[in-house]
Amino acid sequence: MAANPMSQFDVYRIGPEIKVGAFDISFTNASLFMILSTVSILLVFNLGSKRNSILPNKIQLLAELSYTFVSKMISDTAGSKAKPYFSFIFSLFMFVLFCNMFGMIPYTFTVTSHIIVTFVLAAFIFIGVTVIGFIKHGLGYLKLFVPSGVPAVLLPLIVIIEIISYLSRPISLSVRLFANMMAGHTMMKVFGGFVISLGIVGGWLPLSFSVALTGLEILVAFLQAYVFAILTCIYLNDALNLHH
Amino acid sequence: MVKKIYFHSIFFSFFFIKETFAAESGGMPQLNPEFWVSQIFWLILSFGIMYLVLSKLILPKISNNLESRKSQILENIEAAEKQRENSDAKLKEYDEIISKSKLEANSIFNQAREKAIKDISAKREVLDKQIDSEIAEAEKEIDTLRKNAPNKINKIAIETSSELLQKLIGAEVNNSSISAIVEDLFKRNGDKYYGN
Repeated sequence: MAANPMSQFDVYRIGPEIKVGAFDISFTNASLFMILSTVSILLVFNLGSKRNSILPNKIQLLAELSYTFVSKMISDTAGSKAKPYFSFIFSLFMFVLFCNMFGMIPYTFTVTSHIIVTFVLAAFIFIGVTVIGFIKHGLGYLKLFVPSGVPAVLLPLIVIIEIISYLSRPISLSVRLFANMMAGHTMMKVFGGFVISLGIVGGWLPLSFSVALTGLEILVAFLQAYVFAILTCIYLNDALNLHH
Repeated sequence: MVKKIYFHSIFFSFFFIKETFAAESGGMPQLNPEFWVSQIFWLILSFGIMYLVLSKLILPKISNNLESRKSQILENIEAAEKQRENSDAKLKEYDEIISKSKLEANSIFNQAREKAIKDISAKREVLDKQIDSEIAEAEKEIDTLRKNAPNKINKIAIETSSELLQKLIGAEVNNSSISAIVEDLFKRNGDKYYGN
């Protein structure tokens, strides 16, 4: 069981089975880490915003640097019109980041390594962006699929490609995060298994790989959260400032 | 790209063959739909609550803090600028006072010097007059002395010559004849004797 590198992704029930109608909404280890991440985020940012001192302490500095980081990211990619969506993108970035980082602690569960979680987030973003686009531009939002300056002969093909690429956004967005997290954790588990199986004599090489991979995975954990948030900003930019 | 297509195919194929995946114990636990609803439910719940608390309570506070810091820094810079201007003005004032007082001191010094010079010259004048009058008096005295000197000398010469004659010849000689001789000598050689 423990030797299987995929067993770390197992979801199991914690406590009793809860059923609403036909749906099982039991509290699982995935739920536990979602709650843990959100509670940590709220704790950190609550502490970071409590005192309003001119010279910030460490936790206040952390909160304010995160705030300015995300707000700069949004204004750089989606412009000033995206300001009302700041809280959502901030929450999204922090949620993905904390879930990824919690997954880096040994014996924890990585929430974002499950396609259903990332897909729900991505689908929500996709639907939300599409709705915003149609509200802002009406049917003119469909011009997104008709790039300007394309020869008339190629236009039908281009439009089909654009529509497919638009529709595949939630899939690419969710699969990118899920696959990165799953692949990294699986690889670490595999190398960890090698350490055990090769023993004290040959285990040092996979161990050093494992150490290096841990550093890489922490980078990936941050990077994927950033990519997730910035792609959301880019999609939002398409919906807010229609110029293709 | 290949990886992406691979995962896409897994994802889509799942809709059709989920029974086989669910039955397979060695596959990806991600594709086991047993807890999908639970995961969706808890994701929406936790993320929704976090979003609400962040957007309604925490983020406005952080933005407020940042704003107030910015405005306070600007205010402080403004105040510092004002104080600098103030101190510049005061420095100018101080410089003015110093130069003014220097001028004043100079003029006071000049006045004092002029007064001293005036005093000295007045006193010198008085002294000069006094000295002049004293010199004049002394000269007058000398003059009278000089004027009187030949008479006295003549008298002495007459008396001495009459005494000498008496001792030489033993008889009294008439004074008037001697004085006539002296007068005559004086008239002829007076200049030689008195050096005038």
